[in-house]
Amino acid sequence: MLFLILGAASCAAPFLSLAANRIVVGEGVALWRAAPVQHSAPALFLLGLGLLLGLLQSRPVLRVAGAVLSLAGLFWLLSMGAAALLADAGRYARVSPAAGFWCLLVICALLLADALSQLQPGPRTRAAALALTLLCVAGLLKAGLLSDLSIAQEFAPRKAAVLDAFIRHLWLAFGSLGLAALIGLPLGVLCHRHSRLREALLPLLSFLQTIPSLAMFGIMIPLLGWIGTQFPAAQAIGIAGIGFAPAFLALVLYSLLPVVANTVAGLESIPPAVRDAARGIGMTTWQRLFRIEIPLGLPVILTGLRIVLVQNTGLAVIAGLIGGGGFGTFVFQGLNQTATDLILLGALPTVALAMVAAIVMDILIEITQPQRGSET
Amino acid sequence: MRTYLRPALAVLLLALVVWPERFSWLFAPFAPQGGPVIYSRTSLLSLSLNHLALVLIATLAATLVAVGMAILVTRPFGAAFRPLSRTVTNIGQTFPPVAVLALAVPALGFGEGPTLVALFLYGLLPIFENAIAGLSTVSPTVLDAARGIGLTRLQRLIRIELPLALPVILNGIRLSAIIALGTATIGSTVAAKTLGEVIIAGLLTNNTAFVLQGGLIVGLFAVLLYDLMVQLEQRISARLGL
Amino acid sequence: MIEIDGLSKFYDNKAAVDAVSMTVETGTITVIVGTSGSGKTTLLRMINRLETADAGEVRIHGEATDSLAPHLLRRRIGYAIQGHGLFPHYTIARNIGAVPALLGWPEDQIRARVDELLSLFSMEPAQFRDRYPAELSGGQQQRVGVARALASRPDLLLMDEPFGALDPIIRARAQDDLRRIQRALGSTILLVTHDMEEAIRLGDRIAVMDGGRLVQHGSPTGIIRNPATGFVAEMVGGVERPLRLLSLLPVADIVEPGTAPGEAIAPTTNLRDALALCLWSGRDALPVQTDDGRAARVTLKAIRAQAQGPG
Repeated sequence: MLFLILGAASCAAPFLSLAANRIVVGEGVALWRAAPVQHSAPALFLLGLGLLLGLLQSRPVLRVAGAVLSLAGLFWLLSMGAAALLADAGRYARVSPAAGFWCLLVICALLLADALSQLQPGPRTRAAALALTLLCVAGLLKAGLLSDLSIAQEFAPRKAAVLDAFIRHLWLAFGSLGLAALIGLPLGVLCHRHSRLREALLPLLSFLQTIPSLAMFGIMIPLLGWIGTQFPAAQAIGIAGIGFAPAFLALVLYSLLPVVANTVAGLESIPPAVRDAARGIGMTTWQRLFRIEIPLGLPVILTGLRIVLVQNTGLAVIAGLIGGGGFGTFVFQGLNQTATDLILLGALPTVALAMVAAIVMDILIEITQPQRGSET
Repeated sequence: MRTYLRPALAVLLLALVVWPERFSWLFAPFAPQGGPVIYSRTSLLSLSLNHLALVLIATLAATLVAVGMAILVTRPFGAAFRPLSRTVTNIGQTFPPVAVLALAVPALGFGEGPTLVALFLYGLLPIFENAIAGLSTVSPTVLDAARGIGLTRLQRLIRIELPLALPVILNGIRLSAIIALGTATIGSTVAAKTLGEVIIAGLLTNNTAFVLQGGLIVGLFAVLLYDLMVQLEQRISARLGL
Repeated sequence: MIEIDGLSKFYDNKAAVDAVSMTVETGTITVIVGTSGSGKTTLLRMINRLETADAGEVRIHGEATDSLAPHLLRRRIGYAIQGHGLFPHYTIARNIGAVPALLGWPEDQIRARVDELLSLFSMEPAQFRDRYPAELSGGQQQRVGVARALASRPDLLLMDEPFGALDPIIRARAQDDLRRIQRALGSTILLVTHDMEEAIRLGDRIAVMDGGRLVQHGSPTGIIRNPATGFVAEMVGGVERPLRLLSLLPVADIVEPGTAPGEAIAPTTNLRDALALCLWSGRDALPVQTDDGRAARVTLKAIRAQAQGPG
């Protein structure tokens, strides 16, 4: 019900916005006037039908179908509307989605998420749904259906740069996770064994975590700059005050707390009876660690990695401020030039990346979860 | 050790903010040849106050709204919205705070406004999540006893449920405030007057002294705020015998 | 006097409590016994309207309970539950004084009442008043729970398995305390338990419930002697029945003139203890103390006659 009301309300807001060029503020175009009637009528019909199907609380499958239908209608309207509006506008004109579109998108996506969670799909189904969604988005982009939108026009000349930023962003987020895991997992095991180390290390790491990211990045710069000037060898492998290295290092530092704390929590979550039994049947310390403690603690450890991945994907944006690359470059360029589309070009992929990472990690965590009922 | 460290850091922070010139000797080696050592376009004190005010307002507003919503969805009549609210929080928390800030600009323009809105919106999530967790883990025996001795719904909420959920809610407020403090720093890229301005100015003019003093002040604020909240939580938890 | 009249509760068209009627006399303990799922807890919770009754009504001193708002009704009825349900963020004094405070008693009166109750439960007021529930042992928490239920001198005290979480030794002591305090204050108590032993120890009257119905309501001796159904017989415990019966009867009931060797026992001693003494010391009779100094005794034969079932 809520979705339908909100959906109807969002129709009142401008759906698209048409601007004379990339900097000026655009003028809103209402939902029903966005495209010629032969396109907008079926699209609106799909959208409305989908939202109506969403009303059927007790039939989650139909609700999912409804959400998919309304999303399809929404994107169809967006694609057709952009083309139609551009056709009669000037050469530098830009069409971008406006508040109405974003609200409808959020509502449809929420409907989809709500309906899907109602179905309680297993990890495989979720993986399949995710893959399907990504394929759809890829298809949509590949087919050029959205190429009339301003964000796509912003993208076109920067194709190589965006790809580069993407790879850099992945390196920052995943690379720092990898290094943090390499350091943090053994540290977590050590902390689990020696309570004194744990009492000293965990508060220190959580203090590190509280330092605002910009400050952390800032403090890294002189530190690494100094190392770079003192040790030419370090400079040779790219350690310098500005750029990738301080961003990477700051991200690793941020990642340590979730990795170490969750490793400790995971190892601690094992029932004492199980640990006792493992000792009782004569396992060595190492055998216990690798055969019992790590496999049983894995879901909690992975939860730590999930936190890190989502957090780092977001924090990596800030690397853009200190020349570390990644999508942040576009965000801050866009903010400087007050070019909304450029901001979106940086922000949207970041959000998408964080979400995909979160969903993938959730699926992994569920797979490693011991079967229900087998827990003691 | 802890007992000395805390006031020492607080005094250091205060001194840095109020008399930054006194620390010129410390930052001078990092400043470019002949360049300014201490940021002086706006006083560090007013930047700090503005920064803290932003965080305070956003966090307070987020607390009010988030706790209110959590109360609604934990009442019988709001239970229908609970799964949805969980979906929203789960998805919302994957949004990077910086992205929320960046996305607020197209919608609201530059300045304090979008920063405040972004801080508020992002701050809702941890508080909401923790408030729900806190309210729904109050022992059913205690709630049954409260009903049994004749407390009304409102009395149960105010006298029993909220006080018992308080430590968990405070934990959420702490997360939220720390994130807000960090995000407000970045808010200076959208022209909000915060301490981030000092760091950004340092980055733009290659003046490491600026970067360091800004970073140091913000870092100290964060660490002290975190510590203060943790102590508050511990004190309250201890009183509850938890 | 509490009158329960045709009280029923249905879940999915199945009666969880099926037209239960009974009367509880003022100043007595009535114990409702039953297995889990017998409807005993639901019955209790309908009395203070924690559950709404689908049919029937409850009258306290002739006044129907649904004439009051539920929360006002509950302030007049004490309520103590298993695991005590103390408010962890309130001091002991504030926990005990919770209902008087709700009723708007003056501050000093509440304080006096709290101290009175703490003393009654053998807890030094000065020592316990300002502590928090988490700092107390399980037995102490339970006593505070009962004290809270008694604080406003309620017309009626409802207790749902109040001793369920205690270990056997502390439980026995808590039962004795309750009995003593109930006698001293003249409270009216309805207590739910699954433990027939507890019912026999505490109850002036016992109500046995099975499948939502009240199958028997009577004095403990009556229920042990003449169980109404096979289920009640099973509840009062096949082979232990004679011993349970004896434990309810005082020596005074069957004392006879005559002499016996050994030290005299009090006439209030129960027959189970007298029997144990006979068996342990190998005697056929025990002397009994009398007020006027005449020789009196109780014989093994007379005890045996009391323990014999019908037929």
